[in-house]
Amino acid sequence: MRSATLVRRIAARPSIVFEALTTAEGVAAWWGPDDLPVIRAEVDARVGGAYRVRFRTVDGKEHESSGEFLEVVPSRRIVMSWHWTVGGVEEERGRTSRLELDLVPIPEGTELTLTHADLEGEASAKSHAGGWGGALDKLVRHLEKRRK
Amino acid sequence: MVNYRPRDLDRVFATLADPTRRAILARLAQQECLSVSALAEPFSIKLPAVMKHLDVLDDAGLITRSKQGRTVEVRLSAAPLREASAWLRPYERFWAPALDRLAAHAERKEAQARAAEREGKGR
Repeated sequence: MRSATLVRRIAARPSIVFEALTTAEGVAAWWGPDDLPVIRAEVDARVGGAYRVRFRTVDGKEHESSGEFLEVVPSRRIVMSWHWTVGGVEEERGRTSRLELDLVPIPEGTELTLTHADLEGEASAKSHAGGWGGALDKLVRHLEKRRK
Repeated sequence: MVNYRPRDLDRVFATLADPTRRAILARLAQQECLSVSALAEPFSIKLPAVMKHLDVLDDAGLITRSKQGRTVEVRLSAAPLREASAWLRPYERFWAPALDRLAAHAERKEAQARAAEREGKGR
């Protein structure tokens, strides 16, 4: 199972960091692996709400990350499902992963911990099945394909 | 925290492109510290050639050398390798620069909020 955990200390209060993570305007200001501007950002930051961010990378490819908010605790915690496409084509074999963002107030502002983990195996897929809709259907199809 | 200095990464990857240097690192990963002659022993190349490889590894920050009396001890220095292997993982590659920009954006907003609060108080 692949996962990544990154921690950043940010000199801004948690409510401001939270806003940067949960509004289209905020997300558009920083999303993506390089400095190219975000093409479109839609963020509906409530449980079951969708986000969709489209951006271009320096290799000229258009990427889209999309998913659903699974947990939203203002200024504290965000959990979302995560799914990539490149040029409209599924990346990572249509795999769905899980992104967790935890905000902890510290004297100089906020400590942000980001954990991005693959969802491997049916058990973990089921336990997060809550409000996935289409993404879950795709995941189940993907898992069935792999079992064959 | 993952800190990316692309130029150093270039050097780490270029250094790893040689099989003898990878073998040296693999031995150092198993044994905390080895003398230069102990390190050179299993290789079919001459000591000066091993020394040259050690110079390259040292320049890339992958090893440290220290003189103990008449022998030179070589140790693995793990941080650049960790950074290189983190770079190879797609999630880190995506998120590390994005979070740097997120931090810069939030800090700008914080400065604006503070300026607005000061103005509010001044009235």
